[in-house]
Amino acid sequence: MSVLVYTENWDGKFKKLSFELVSYASAVAKMMNTTVTALSVGKVDKEELAKLGAYGAMKILSVENDTLAVLDNQAYAGVISEVALKENSTVIIISNNNSGKAIAPRLSVRLKAGVGSGVSKLPLSINPFTVYKRTYSGNAFAHLVIKSDIRIITLAQNSFDLAETPNNAVIENASVSFDVSVARTSVKEVKKQTGKILLTDADIVVSGGRGMKSPDNWGPLVELADTLGAATACSRPVSDEGWRSHEEHTGQTGKIIAPNLYIAVGISGATQHLAGISSSKYIVAINTDKDAPIFEAAQYGIVGDAMKILPQLVSAAKDLKK
Amino acid sequence: MKILVCISNVPDTTTKIKLVDGNASIDTTGIQWVINPWDELSLTRALELKDDQSTGVKSVTVAHVGPASSEPTIRKALAIGADDAIRVNAESSDAYFVAAQLAEVVKKEQFDIILCGIESSDFNGSAVGGMISEFLGIPSVSAVSSISFDGGNPVLTRDIDGGKEIVNVPAPFVAIVQKGIAKEPRIAAMRGIMLARTKPVKVVEPVAVDLLTQVIAFEKPAPRAACKFIDAANPAQLIDLLKNEAKVI
Repeated sequence: MSVLVYTENWDGKFKKLSFELVSYASAVAKMMNTTVTALSVGKVDKEELAKLGAYGAMKILSVENDTLAVLDNQAYAGVISEVALKENSTVIIISNNNSGKAIAPRLSVRLKAGVGSGVSKLPLSINPFTVYKRTYSGNAFAHLVIKSDIRIITLAQNSFDLAETPNNAVIENASVSFDVSVARTSVKEVKKQTGKILLTDADIVVSGGRGMKSPDNWGPLVELADTLGAATACSRPVSDEGWRSHEEHTGQTGKIIAPNLYIAVGISGATQHLAGISSSKYIVAINTDKDAPIFEAAQYGIVGDAMKILPQLVSAAKDLKK
Repeated sequence: MKILVCISNVPDTTTKIKLVDGNASIDTTGIQWVINPWDELSLTRALELKDDQSTGVKSVTVAHVGPASSEPTIRKALAIGADDAIRVNAESSDAYFVAAQLAEVVKKEQFDIILCGIESSDFNGSAVGGMISEFLGIPSVSAVSSISFDGGNPVLTRDIDGGKEIVNVPAPFVAIVQKGIAKEPRIAAMRGIMLARTKPVKVVEPVAVDLLTQVIAFEKPAPRAACKFIDAANPAQLIDLLKNEAKVI
């Protein structure tokens, strides 16, 4: 028996997300009196792989294969399922990010393993294996029993604290017999977002809504974000109007995020917007309308004109960072 | 080329969720059922592709797993413009079950492109599309925000963490679709609503599949503490509270 965690890398490096997954996997393994095997696919050097051990992975398996340089969901699911069977894994943990969502369902069918997706807590019980998952776009959470012998959990980002442990990991190169030539996805072009903090990775997000009144007013909002080391986001009307890029749209049909701090400026807080941000640890609302629903979701609020308030926040934040 | 769009019906996205039966289920009284928002966008894009004759898309079919009571959702999809529909006559109990049924539909009818929304706004499972592709052993591309054709070959844009990739994949394949795939969902016109009444809806019985998961209870999110208001005349106090009270900056 073991808990297998798939740790994605970005250009050979792990991110906080990877360590969060391993920390979570270790806690699950503890509940089940077993150990964690971490699986890495792609070119990652020994030193980087060893970092996974600091969060409780006992065995770190590295699969390197040129065909796997491109994410082909079918090939990845084939590789991960083979490793899961070899490792006798009864729980597989993957991120609920884009690639996790792409791989987990295929893995589920390969292994006939039920999936709990968007899980944000440790299992509620091991027998029956019950997970806590987001449903109704954050308006309710389900206790989901996974009845199969192997269970797959996709973990919501930023939902579990990192937990460091003494590093006792062994690192092994794993070979797989799965025929990766099934891969038929070919990448023609990559458009990387550079130099900006990724919205889905950010600990702090500063977001603007229609109350910002014009795309020309974003200067102080962006400056506040830069000062706080935050990513910028926006509400749906703002991206629909083309004031900001669709990449920034947070909400039910846009990005679902869970930062430590979400600052909503000029956003009224429609149900669909809250669905994308309600898992944030702290929400701050700045709005001229004191009755705006966003204040019901927020822990801190300022009723007032964003154009007057933002510059003062920028200068206070700058003082703090000095 | 034939496109299949898988549709799910979900409570209208503004629905206030109430729990009943000792939190075992959702109160469905008065709920307005709509086509899952991402499925509706998929359908819109499928119809745009069919309208453009250079793509070679000849037909757009919708498939749904649900009891007879979900027929209005199917009729709505037909009114928007789908040519025909297939309903698998079963409760959509879990993602694995639903995907297995839809995979059977694809096997029998031989579709070239299968479109699924990235998640349903009720169960938020993000699973059905990927599962269908694995049941069929065909490629899947996830988080797709555009589909077009280049000389008869499908070209897809997918989101990766930190950017986008433009990818090619041979048909048949499953595209798991997100926002951006179509600008606005297409709305049914009166003519479409009239036509929908006579479009064929094939009802098929489910194949036997084990359920792998079961919801045993729901809970509402924990209520948040009341909002602490800061005087608009002194916004700097907010920065102080975030630093020293919430400790998040």
